[in-house]
Order: sequence, then structure tokens, then C-alpha cells
Amino acid sequence: MKRDTQWEVVIGLETHAQLQTKSKIFSGSSIAFGAEPNVQACAVDIALPGVLPVLNREAVVCAIKFGLAVGAQIAPRSIFARKNYFYPDLPKGYQISQFEIPVVSGGGLAISVPQGDFLRGVGNAGDGPKGVQSQATEKYVHLTRAHLEEDAGKSLHEDFHGRTGIDLNRAGTPLLEIVTEPDMRSSAEAVAYAKALHALVQWIGICDGNMQEGSFRCDANVSVRPMNQKEFGTRREIKNLNSFRFMQQAIDFEVQWQINEIEEGRAIQQATVLFDPDTGETRSMRSKEDAHDYRYFPDPDLLPLEITADWIAEVKSGMPELPQAMQQRFQTEFGLSSYDAATLTASREMAAYFETALDSAGKENAKPVANWVMGELSARLNKDGLEIAAAPLSAQQLASIVRRIADNTISNKIAKDVFETLWAGDGKDADAVIEAKGWKQITDTGAIEALVDEVIAANQKSVEEYRAGKEKAFNALVGQAMKATRGKANPQQVTDLLKKKLGG
Amino acid sequence: MSDLINSSLRELSAALATRQVSAVELATLFLDRIEKLNPSLNAFVTTDRAKTLAQARTADEKIVGAGGSAISPLCGIPVAHKDIFCTQGWRTSCGSKMLTNFVSPYDAHVVEKLAAAGMVTLGKLNMDEFAMGSSNETSYFGPVKNPWNVSCVPGGSSGGSAAAIAARLTPAATGTDTGGSIRQPAALCGLSGLKPTYGVVSRYGMIAFASSLDQAGPMAKSASDCALLLNAMAGFDTRDSTSLQRPVEDYGRDLEKPLAGLRIGLPQEFFGAGMDADVRAAVDAALAEYRRLGATTLEVRLTNSGLSVPAYYVIAPAEASSNLSRFDGVRYGYRAPEYADLAEMYSRSRAQGFGAEVKRRILIGTYVLSHGYYDAYYLQAQKIRRLIAADFQAAFQQCDVIMGPTSPSVAFAFGAKSADPVQMYLSDIYTISTNLAGLPGMSLPCGFGANNMPVGLQIIGNWFDEARMLNVAHKYQQVTDWHTRMPETLK
Repeated sequence: MKRDTQWEVVIGLETHAQLQTKSKIFSGSSIAFGAEPNVQACAVDIALPGVLPVLNREAVVCAIKFGLAVGAQIAPRSIFARKNYFYPDLPKGYQISQFEIPVVSGGGLAISVPQGDFLRGVGNAGDGPKGVQSQATEKYVHLTRAHLEEDAGKSLHEDFHGRTGIDLNRAGTPLLEIVTEPDMRSSAEAVAYAKALHALVQWIGICDGNMQEGSFRCDANVSVRPMNQKEFGTRREIKNLNSFRFMQQAIDFEVQWQINEIEEGRAIQQATVLFDPDTGETRSMRSKEDAHDYRYFPDPDLLPLEITADWIAEVKSGMPELPQAMQQRFQTEFGLSSYDAATLTASREMAAYFETALDSAGKENAKPVANWVMGELSARLNKDGLEIAAAPLSAQQLASIVRRIADNTISNKIAKDVFETLWAGDGKDADAVIEAKGWKQITDTGAIEALVDEVIAANQKSVEEYRAGKEKAFNALVGQAMKATRGKANPQQVTDLLKKKLGG
Repeated sequence: MSDLINSSLRELSAALATRQVSAVELATLFLDRIEKLNPSLNAFVTTDRAKTLAQARTADEKIVGAGGSAISPLCGIPVAHKDIFCTQGWRTSCGSKMLTNFVSPYDAHVVEKLAAAGMVTLGKLNMDEFAMGSSNETSYFGPVKNPWNVSCVPGGSSGGSAAAIAARLTPAATGTDTGGSIRQPAALCGLSGLKPTYGVVSRYGMIAFASSLDQAGPMAKSASDCALLLNAMAGFDTRDSTSLQRPVEDYGRDLEKPLAGLRIGLPQEFFGAGMDADVRAAVDAALAEYRRLGATTLEVRLTNSGLSVPAYYVIAPAEASSNLSRFDGVRYGYRAPEYADLAEMYSRSRAQGFGAEVKRRILIGTYVLSHGYYDAYYLQAQKIRRLIAADFQAAFQQCDVIMGPTSPSVAFAFGAKSADPVQMYLSDIYTISTNLAGLPGMSLPCGFGANNMPVGLQIIGNWFDEARMLNVAHKYQQVTDWHTRMPETLK
């Protein structure tokens, strides 16, 4: 292969999202994280002789929610199959999964791929440009399928010298495996998709999205091909990417490695690889030759999963408004920009905060409320490392600040002090803080006129400079007036009167 | 006391209620017989006198406490469980070296239900390893002897259950039937045994052989005993997804119904060349008796029944190969004493822990599910299975029950078929199709054939027709006494 070949990257993702049910997918054991080994493993989970699986209805509800959220087909009848292989943390010697007929097929996710520093996510929106359109390209990633399956347990190699410990707490945890078409063409697109999916599964309440605890983990199938070639290249699968940063690093490394291999005349062999975050490299775990024959067949212990239209309708009626619909509504109903709408719908909690604040502040204040949520509030949350649901300042309190700015009771500058005061828990709402601190803006024309006269008298030097054409001197005079009132004077009135008096 | 061993469950129930005998006395009677006779029969693999008598005392308290008021008719009656049923605190071996050290921490649904009815557990019964066999020769604990002739097999896989009842070591036993494992040993030992419609009895706690075929059922001397037992065993269980949610029924409600007008279908395919002459003679005589009772017989066709054995020996091993994967030496059961690594731990534990027939079926099952063979074997067998079920439904348009031999021959000698697996598999040729179709089937004694060995008559009903089948069997048992016979040597 010539060295000047232009390469196209092809990526498909498989994501395992742990479902937020109370109990396991086929038993009544709890799925809470962090328990002592094997205390959350009942007879069914440890696969005692004679035990049988019983499907958890709640896991199916999660799959239906997902199917609805991505516009997929929900199979009226899907089949659970056994995937047979031996491993010590797989108690039955097979995993119950879905093979030929998955519960969800088709559908997709619209993603927005930021240009440039795409890893600066919405979490940093507070520091970012407010209301400014970011550079992003839109793309639709098609989903192949999503199916229900059970997780395996864990093998613990470290704590046992020369032996392996088995913890079956995780065995039987419900998973939704979400598989995309090979639609992504860069690590940036892969990460954008993974982030959008991550946000969506949390939005619809089926997964807590905790990547450290393994609740959301991705495998990436990566291949490269010369630009404009129709056939896909041979793919390698990078397993268990548990952070967006690692995903990007792993794919970038893998792509470069594959290109180098081909350019040096070596063919890519299908393989499963692991990413080592310490070295930033991927390395082969097993080749195609070692691939298992899983001997899939329908699990005779479980009936086909039947999902009626009524059940789907029932689930649908309990679903929250989806982020994309909400973004549209924010734009048309409140006149927000698409950037603002996207930022405010980054999480269901943020959107809920915004809407609650808006209810209280009034629709006409949509833009200032949006700015406060994306700006001051997000920055403050970031600084304290808090989630929006834990904000010490309620949406109603934020709205009370915006209302008092709108009716000129306080200036923007004072508003920030009110915000800090309420954040610290000092006061019921903006009115109480303004009252207690005496921060009400001075708007009385007589009082402001007297103030302006005082400032002119005391600052003759600046007055002369202004009259001599120095615009800066005017600002100094405004500053003096504001300083004299500790910021409470209405700046517009001060400006107007000063100009009038100085004959400007 | 000695006539108690031949009593029906109703008679035992009455004797217990009127305190002619206590549950402890009854249990002791059978425990003593087990102690005396089991060494030569090998029907029981585990007994525990203290546990049994403790249960009997509890039953006596219940009976006395009830003071003659309504109580389960089974309270205080002894029962023994095939060692495939998990029984809390008892070793549950499934006839395998793999589970010789496995003491179950929980009760199977069937065990739980019979215990709730007040039945007293006498012990655990020998069986073919993991229920794979038709002669009880595959048990790790050695073969069970047929009480009618100890040089002959008792049938399998519920051979321990059959031999124990035939020898009057227990009045009742549980069995399981995947391809004939209740009916064939019942036939070979001269008993009544019923495999219910798939889904009538929960499989929870019953060690799985072939999940889509396995079904537990009662084994006893008579059909009316089976009806009482089935009443206690059946019922919906949320722990088994294939358990059927149906109204509770009294399976004995129609026992006394006259048979006039009953249409008995006789499948041409069940009366062909494969059947021994002595079996044919006994079955023909039974059919004549039914005609005397007012039934009519007619010929029906089960065109695809010839495919049942090959289809079964694809489906059953396929499911078994997966079901038996959990026996890996990791969490419980046998683990090889020496191994170098994980792969060797698996291969040695399984090579040493499983017997030859189990390994053969795991290999067959693994093969038919393998990539590239699945469509040709497993899918094809499933299609045949549907055809077989459709044949039966067509037949039931013409008749109420189907009859024929349970087994093509009477009990054969040890070793006669054990070297040739296909010959062994063919001994279930008449029973397998009902499992493939999920239908209920039963066997009842209908005379004696060569060497004075018992012959079984098979009755196959449509789905959920257990009450009618028991009625059909019971009326026959009221005019015949085959079911009351016991081996002279054991009296």
C-alpha cells in the first residue's frame, strides 16, 4: 500500500448498559454495587443444580423504554438464547442472552460532533461561550440492535496467591447490549455517540451511567480502509473501554497501528484487543482462531418474551420527554438558540432545573434564566464538584434573582452577590436578601441627580478631561457614582443624567 | 402390619386417621424392609432413619392435632424421592460421582409440596446418572435390581423408584420422565406411573437433563394412588417459567366414571415388528378387557413417530450438554484432586466426575449445536418435533386416548443392551414421542410375559387429560389385579 493513501476509519460500538432494576434479571438478588463478595448471590445466581431462571419484568420495561427513545422496532416476540462457554465466573457454563431475535432492533441516535477540542463536554459549559453557536457537525448513528442479557461474575486474581477468587454478586445483573452499525468515521464521532448514548440511558432512567463501577462500558470495533473503497477492512475489537478519554486514546492508537501495519505490508488479523491506559497502547488478547463456538440455542427454561402493543403504550405513557424533543421545544417555545437548548438538555436534571426556574420566573425571562443556569450556576457547581440535583440554590431561588434583575430592583452585579448569599444558605429568596442587605437599587431620579451633582463637584479633573474628549474619564465618573452607592445606583440612570449634566 | 405394605394410599390414610397405625410405625415398617432388602436391590442410595422418624413424628402430631377433621390424605404416608430432586439437608447425587458430595441447601418444588402434604421422606432413590439411561446401569452407585428377577434390569432412569415400590420398600415414589423414565421402569416392574403434561409439575429443584422434555410425576401401585400423589405435586410455581398457571384440579375426580363410549386409538406404528410377542399378547388382552368395559378401539396413524428416537437423541443431548455445564468443579460437586491449570481442572473434573453415557450425550449435544451443524441437526429435530405433535393432535380428533405397549419387551438381563447404545435407546421407542409432544402418558401393569416378568400398557392422553387417563386406568384396575401383585420372593 502506498504511503500517500488516504485512509478512512470505520468504527462500530457495542455498549453494555447495566439496567437500573432492583433485582437481577433472572433472580431476586439485589444488584447494589459494592457488597461483600457473594452475599448477593442466591441459589439461582450460583447455579445450584435444579434452579431455574425467571425473567425480571422491570428489565424488559427498560428495554422497551430504550427502544422507544431511539425510534427502534420492539419485537412482539423475542427469544432468550444460551451462549455456552466455560469460565469460573460464569456459574451456569452459559450466559443467557438474546441471539437471533433481539428485543430491540433498528433505530438510531442523532449526535453532534464538536470540532476541535471535542472532549470539553457539557460539564464545562459554565466556562464556555454563552449563547454562542459552537462549531459542530450533526450525524445520525444507526443502531443494529439492543438485546437483554445477564452479566457474569468477577474473577479476583490479586488477593489470592496463585489462586483465583470468584465473586458472583454481579452474576445475573441485567444488561442491555446496544450495538451500532459501523457508522462512525473518527474517534471524535465514536466519543460523541458514546456520550449521547450515555446521556440518553440516564435521561430515560434505565442506567445510572456510572462508568467507574462498570455500569456503562463500551467495546469498539475498529477497521480502516482506503478512502472510497467499498469493502470494510478487517476489524479488531477493543474491549472494555470504561472512560471517554480512554475510548478516544484507544481508537486513535488502534487506527494508527492498523494503518502502519498495512503500509508496512502486513495484513490485519481479526482479533480482540485490550487497551492499556498506562502505555496508551492496544494489545491483542485473542485471535480469531481462539474464538469460541458459543453453540447458541434457544433457552428451553424461558418462554419467548412477548411484548404487546398495550404494554409498549403503557411504558410510553410513563416516559419523560426525550432530550431532542425538548431541545426543539426550548427553541420554538422560548426562543433559545440550538446551542442553549442542547446545553440545557445535557441532563434531565439540568433541564428540570431550568424548567422549574422558568415556571417561577416567567417565560419572558427564558434567555436570562438560561444564561444563569448555564453560566453562574454551572460554574459554581463545577467549582464545588456538585451535581445540579444537589445544588444548594433551588430553581425558585434562582428565578427570584432573575425577576429582580428584570424589574430593575438589582443590577447584574448585585445579582451575583445575591446568588452567592443564597448559595451559602443565607436567606429565603432574592427579596429577603436584598431587604436584609439593603441592596435595593436606587432608581429615584431626585436621589440620583443629587448623587451625580456630588460626583461632578468632587471630580472636576475627570469632568475637564471628559470635556476635552477623553471618553474614559466618563466611565470613571460613572464608577465613582456606583462606588458611592456601593453599586446600588441604577447604572443606566446614572449614565443618562451624567451625560445630560455634562452636556454630552 | 404386614398387609400395610400392600395397602393403597387411601387405606393407609384411613389407618393413620383412625390411629390403627402411627406415621412413626408406618415409617419404621418400611425402613426395616429397606434395611433388610435394599442391599440386594440397591434401590435406595441414601436413607436417614433419624430424619425420617422426625418427619413421621411431626406427621403424627398433625394427625392427632387435626382430631379427625380434614387433613391432607397423604399426611403420614411414606414416600421416597428419585435422587434427581433437591432435598434440603439430604445428599442429592443424581446418580453421579459428580454430586456424591452435594448436600442440597434447598427443596425442589415437588419435595416441598409433598412435605407440605405431610408425607414422610424415607430416602433418596437410585437412578441412571443424570437420568440418562433405560436400565439403571449408568448409575455411579451401581445398577438397581428388578425385584421380579434380580438378574434383570428395573428399567430407567427412575429404576430405583420402580424397584422400591415393586419390592414394597415404599408405598409411593417420585420419578421424572424425559423420554420414558417413569413409564418404562413402571412397566418393567409392574407398577403404575404417570408423566403429566409438560408444565403441570414445576421443574424447580429437579436437576435438569433436557429442560424442554423433563417432567416429574408420581409412581405407585395403582392409578388411584397416582391421582392422590399428582394432586399434591401439581400446581403453578413462579420459580419455573415453563410451569403452567391453571386452576387447581382434583385428578381423581373422574376415577369412577364408566368407560362406555370411550374411543381408544391404536397407532399402527406402535403395533409393528419391534414389539415382542409376549408383550403383544398382554396388551391385546388388556384391549379386549377395555372393549368389555364398553370402550371401542380404532386404528390411528402417528406417521412421524418413527422419527421420534432420532429427533429425541438430538434435542435431549443438545439441552443436556448445556445443562450439565454447571458441573465444572468450581463451586460445588466433584473436583479432580490434581490439575495444572484452569483448562485441566475443567477437563479432569468432568472426565472423572461423569460416567460414559453422560459423556457420550454431552459430546453428541455439543456436536449438534456446533457452528455449521445447528441447522442440520437441532433445527431439523425441532421441526420433526412439531410434526410429531401435529400427528397426535390429528389422532385425538378421532379418539379420546391412545394405547399401546409401554416398552417393546419385558425387563431384559443386565448387560444385554449396555454395550449397544442404539439398542438401549430403542427401548424407549414408544414413550419418547409423548415427551416431544408435551403430552401426558402413563403406564399400568397389564399382565406378565416371558419369564413371568411384568408387561406395561401405555395410555397417552391429550394435553391436560390426566384426570381422564387416570379414570381409564382405574376402571381397568377395578376389574384386574395385576397392580396388586408383588414378587413372591419378597413377601
